[in-house]
Amino acid sequence: MGQKITIDPITRLEGHGKIEIFLDDQGEVERAFFQVPELRGFEAFCVGRPAEELARITPRICGVCPTAHHMASTKCLDDLYQVKPTSTARKLRELAYSAFFVEDHFLHFFYLGGPDFVVGPDAPAGERNILGVIAKVGLEIAGKVIRVRRELRAMMQTMMGKVIHPVFGLPGGVSKGITKENRDEFKKSAEFALEFAKEALAIFDKVVLQNERYVDLVLSEAFTHHTYSMGTVDENNCPNFYDGCLRVVDPDGAEVAKFGPHEYTDYIAEHVEPWSFITFPYLKKVGWQGFVDGPESGVYRVAPLSRLNVADRMATPLAQEAFEKMFQVLGGKPAHQTLAFHWARLIEALYAAERMIELLDDEEITGDDIRNLPTKTPSEGVGIVEAPRGTLIHHYKTDKNGIITGLNLIVATNHNAAPIAMSVEKAARGMVHGPEVTEGMLNLVEMAFRPYDPCLACATHALGKAPLVAHIHDHAGNLIRTVKRD
Amino acid sequence: MAKPKVAFYWCASCGGCEEAVVDLNEAILGVVEAVDIALWPVALDFKKKHVESWEPGEVAVVFINGAVRTSEQEEWVKLLREKCPVVIAFGSCAHLGGIPGLSNSTTREESFKRKYFDSPSVDNAERVLPQRKTRVNGYELELPEFSATVRKLDDVIEVDYYLPGCPPVPKLIVEAVTAILEGKLPAKGAVLAPEKCLCDECPRKESKPEKVTIERFRRVATEKPDPEKCFLVEGFVCLGPATRSGCGELCIRGNMPCRGCFGPTAETRDQGAKFLSAVGSLLAADQEEKCAELAATLADPLGTFYRFSLPSSILKQRLS
Repeated sequence: MGQKITIDPITRLEGHGKIEIFLDDQGEVERAFFQVPELRGFEAFCVGRPAEELARITPRICGVCPTAHHMASTKCLDDLYQVKPTSTARKLRELAYSAFFVEDHFLHFFYLGGPDFVVGPDAPAGERNILGVIAKVGLEIAGKVIRVRRELRAMMQTMMGKVIHPVFGLPGGVSKGITKENRDEFKKSAEFALEFAKEALAIFDKVVLQNERYVDLVLSEAFTHHTYSMGTVDENNCPNFYDGCLRVVDPDGAEVAKFGPHEYTDYIAEHVEPWSFITFPYLKKVGWQGFVDGPESGVYRVAPLSRLNVADRMATPLAQEAFEKMFQVLGGKPAHQTLAFHWARLIEALYAAERMIELLDDEEITGDDIRNLPTKTPSEGVGIVEAPRGTLIHHYKTDKNGIITGLNLIVATNHNAAPIAMSVEKAARGMVHGPEVTEGMLNLVEMAFRPYDPCLACATHALGKAPLVAHIHDHAGNLIRTVKRD
Repeated sequence: MAKPKVAFYWCASCGGCEEAVVDLNEAILGVVEAVDIALWPVALDFKKKHVESWEPGEVAVVFINGAVRTSEQEEWVKLLREKCPVVIAFGSCAHLGGIPGLSNSTTREESFKRKYFDSPSVDNAERVLPQRKTRVNGYELELPEFSATVRKLDDVIEVDYYLPGCPPVPKLIVEAVTAILEGKLPAKGAVLAPEKCLCDECPRKESKPEKVTIERFRRVATEKPDPEKCFLVEGFVCLGPATRSGCGELCIRGNMPCRGCFGPTAETRDQGAKFLSAVGSLLAADQEEKCAELAATLADPLGTFYRFSLPSSILKQRLS
């Protein structure tokens, strides 16, 4: 008799995420589905709003990464009004964005995904959280985690008005600059963040890389998918989170596309399934072949590791060293091990901290030329940034008065929707063997989606673990048994 | 004496309210010291059955954020109301409906059409739409009903107090928790924020002339607000006159006008109507024709005046 397992943690992205796993008669996994059972309708209710207000409205898509939506929206406004930000404004935006990347990546590593490694994937659930991390790494480091977050978020609030739902982005610049006193204070925070970013990589090295069992897990086939990778690079093919071109490499690492924001609909299409509110983007020129990996399938991934996969090198020296080491251990570039997203995330945090210091050392950062006023008539614009979880696209159409007539949003977890379903399915095949499904098996399945997106898990993981209920049904839908993680 | 117990719950929200709690930083350790947390899906694995087993009054206070959109959320908040003597609506969505409440200005059909048919990147020649039930390989998958209407918390259950803001600011969160611990809560129904208008606290208050007149409306998209002057005097719509203070004037200090996330003060029933009447009296027009001409320069009054409060307005929602 076949079974159906429902993993229904209470999560966020567009509200909620749910996983269904189907077992066959032998209790082995047949199919897995990642469903998003909520739609909030931003694409509809933003119509009729003044375009510039979208930089203040769309951050409410996600209170964890509001800065990413604010920045994508602001860049979309530049494009819509055909105005370039002043040099100082551009640097201020990238500085605030870099601070955001550092604190958000640390939030994920220490509070969300990290506990699986630092405390252990099959440690008692009650310890597999930030408190367990503190017990393992010590109070001194925990104090630094809180301090980095506090200082960087204070800096972001000074720059962007609000840290949760920022307001400073405008077409052609920003609403407010920074003083030399601000700069000096930010510099101290940035230096502390840089030191801590190095320390975080050292912790990863000690806890994960020097533990043979974890390395085996990271490299295991159950947590690997050979997909295309996508991410934003600068003119030297170094990753850049704020601006650049989108580059796509195939599963072997060969460049197959490089394009600007306006061309995204030539390269990306979204597939619709009747069983989820989320759409499933794929590479248009390769085509949708279903939930499969390999070079014939248009499924691609966006995430920290994907961004490093599409890059030739890192733009800053310490991050470059870490980049080389990671690909050496993973067996070359591109790497496809989903659990290595965590490692790539720490390398990106190191890069973003180095970048903050470069920007703060630039005299222009305290300049007062912070806005070019638009003069052209708006009609259509596209703004793309790399959100911490992957590529984020905002695309607006307006009437001649800049009132929204249509918009299209593709968020990071949207790009990763098909890969998440595939990763869950594969991990389930490797880890879940019914009919007796244990809590430990389910956490290993969760570990397959956690690397992609704390936006799905962050609500449930702010202190470390997901409330998790698995319902096991037979073919007729009768509930046979419920597994709960306590 | 045993520590008092509190609970946290969320409905349809973005996670910003949870981040606001994490942003208490070290102060959260003091909170954890003083109370036991009996429910916090974000952090702890207590389930509905635990809540069902609570003795009435055992958990003193529940903080609920997010608007109410699904039957599951409705069941949860009704259960929490039954068990907890004090319910606090936390943040703009629970308080007024919030930004997701803007979807009450559109319809479910419109939301589906925009998302699955009109999008420039969606490839959907067969016009597939998400269904309540789908059979794939003989297996049945379900989705909940998509509710087009967003309700604020007190449309569903009785609410004792409100913590305003998108999100609430750390200072007011700490003050609310302290008031609870010291048993110094104000009269039921109160908003736990100053009973003053934002304009009274505005750092640009002094720049406001005795008699304000608006010659034309301007937009930040194409013009630069003066970093010292009252936005409204300059013609930039700022919800200050219709909004409660207590936010620390963060947006204004960021050189951007207020959008009203704290909601109105107690004397006002409808924030948008209040702003409309405030701004109407400032127009530099004595004839109806001139008034209409000026009003036409105002972009999106509905979505601006009711940015955070459409579900709590007397307008409520679009019907078709």
